[in-house]
Amino acid sequence: MISKNFGRLETHLRDQRSKGKKLLVPYITAGMTPQWLELVVAIAQAGADAIEIGLPFSDPVMDGPIIQKSSSIALERGTTTDQVLESLAKLELEIPLIVMTYYNLVFRKGDHSFSSALSKSGVSAAIIPDLPLDEIEPWAQAASENNIETILLVAPSTNEQRLQDICSQSRGFIYAVGLLGVTGLRKNLSETALELSKKVKSVTDKPVLVGVGISNLDQAKKACQQADGVIVGSSLVQKVLNGAGEEEVFDFIHQMRKGIDLI
Amino acid sequence: MIGKKNLGEMEQKITQQKNASLMARPTEEGRFGDFGGRFVPESLIPACKELEEAFIDAWSDESFKDRYHQILSQYGGRPTPVTTCEQLSKVLGVKVMLKREDLAHTGSHKINNVIGQGLLAQRMGKTRFIAETGAGQHGVATATAAALLGLECVVYMGSKDTRRQELNVFRMELLGAKVESVESGSKTLKDAINEAMRDWVASFDSTHYCIGSVMGPHPYPWMVREFQRVIGDEARAQSVELGIGVPDFVIACVGGGSNAAGTFAGFVDTEANLVGVEAYGGAAIGQGSPGVVHGSKSVLLQDNDGQVTEANSISAGLDYPGVGPEHAFLNSIGRVKYEQVNDQEVLEAFQLLARTEGIIPALESAHALAYVVREAGKQIPTSSTVLITLSGRGDKDVAQVRELLK
Repeated sequence: MISKNFGRLETHLRDQRSKGKKLLVPYITAGMTPQWLELVVAIAQAGADAIEIGLPFSDPVMDGPIIQKSSSIALERGTTTDQVLESLAKLELEIPLIVMTYYNLVFRKGDHSFSSALSKSGVSAAIIPDLPLDEIEPWAQAASENNIETILLVAPSTNEQRLQDICSQSRGFIYAVGLLGVTGLRKNLSETALELSKKVKSVTDKPVLVGVGISNLDQAKKACQQADGVIVGSSLVQKVLNGAGEEEVFDFIHQMRKGIDLI
Repeated sequence: MIGKKNLGEMEQKITQQKNASLMARPTEEGRFGDFGGRFVPESLIPACKELEEAFIDAWSDESFKDRYHQILSQYGGRPTPVTTCEQLSKVLGVKVMLKREDLAHTGSHKINNVIGQGLLAQRMGKTRFIAETGAGQHGVATATAAALLGLECVVYMGSKDTRRQELNVFRMELLGAKVESVESGSKTLKDAINEAMRDWVASFDSTHYCIGSVMGPHPYPWMVREFQRVIGDEARAQSVELGIGVPDFVIACVGGGSNAAGTFAGFVDTEANLVGVEAYGGAAIGQGSPGVVHGSKSVLLQDNDGQVTEANSISAGLDYPGVGPEHAFLNSIGRVKYEQVNDQEVLEAFQLLARTEGIIPALESAHALAYVVREAGKQIPTSSTVLITLSGRGDKDVAQVRELLK
């Protein structure tokens, strides 16, 4: 199945897209509840195309209050990188897993050890928001040697030339940051999300997903008019913080799945 | 090492040439050796580049520099004097001189940096000025510059610190700033920095983030050092005027490391022994390991997984788990020695300076002093000349010290 040029994640997302589907990638913070792994399974069963697993970091500058809170809870519960990867290795999911974390956790282990550990636990890709294009080496090299796709972010503030460079370097998909700000709930989908998606789509045929500021089905639908799909983080994490279990998480993601499939 | 008389002349020349290139411009990527760089979310890359261009342009523009120096002299109280400490020198057996940043406006060296960044913010057309603060020194300085230059000001401060430093919160409010209490993470300085960066991600069109130390993404470590080098440049000329020439030792305390960077910049090309003094409970260089946080690669206090741990010392201004990347570099090549002192040594030095010279130092600055008190006649040979940067005055610490001495 895996093509020569694309990694597992990108191959999967391209396949889904070619079937006319919009792409849904939910985010959850590893270790935020004792049952987080069951929640990952529920998310997969509800129809996610891939799942973004947050490895909690003490200083998450790209994240708003909700994901910050889930990260502190996870760390207070003693969550470590090794534990999370061991747990993920036990999962047998049909969809690819993406790890999202900050560079210090990677750097501490070493680019090679970290990417090799991801690979061994069955993870396909990584998002490291504080590792922009300018600092991407030596990580990207190590990651690619271990078959880990590195997903890069583009922002509404990214200029034309940079946008092209990022699109050509990014693997898996292009993460279009919907607005200038950190993750969190927003009342309305920012106009910048649509403009940016359109711009990115015009320079690449890689899948383009909008993240940051997708809080509900309406916003997801709207974003999908331009983009190939969405990343849903804070709204899901907020539900889990409120005590949502497998059933509620399944329903939320399932509704979202059905909703964007109708587009 | 450097300055030893048995060095061959050739070797000495090479060393001098090498030193002359130190503390100049970092590489285009903002590196000091392996350290530095720009580890920030993509959204902030354009903001960092805009700032870098604006700084390069301004710093080579004589009219900008004139305005900066004019404000520092007419408003900020510069040049600050170098005081020769007769009594203390007798007690210690080494000749002690203090570079008196405690006499600058707002009571510390922080004013040098905020005036520079405030003028730069104006030049870039930014109307809003945000900052982080730990103990409140940088927050007060930022609020001061904002009031002077007519900028809207928001200061982020950990909720633990707003409680510990109520008076400084009120001071900032008096100066027209809004103080945002930060409830996330450890609720201290590092979390205030995170929150200020989150604000900046969403607001850089109108907002300049005025970082208080030689840390953060490129160009901050370089820019803040340049705005602080006035300390070292003045002190070097003053040492000559005092008939000392180049002091044998030049010593400053290091938290993030801005007063030390500014001081060392004036002496790095000389044979002076440079010593940075860290708090035992916050010694990123002494006890940390390489890592990436708050926008640059440096050394920091962290656990095995790479989670940043909390610093814990008597002085809130040094309670930072990281250190500026250029210090990590200067340590790695051995040009600056980094030493640690503990809280008890600091308290003793604090009192000693008050009694012998009639100067109450900031607890941060008392770290540099404590090292000299401990090492006079040992690491610092008897009769050496020693220049210490007294980065701030101790009024803010008096209540805390009273409690500690009970």
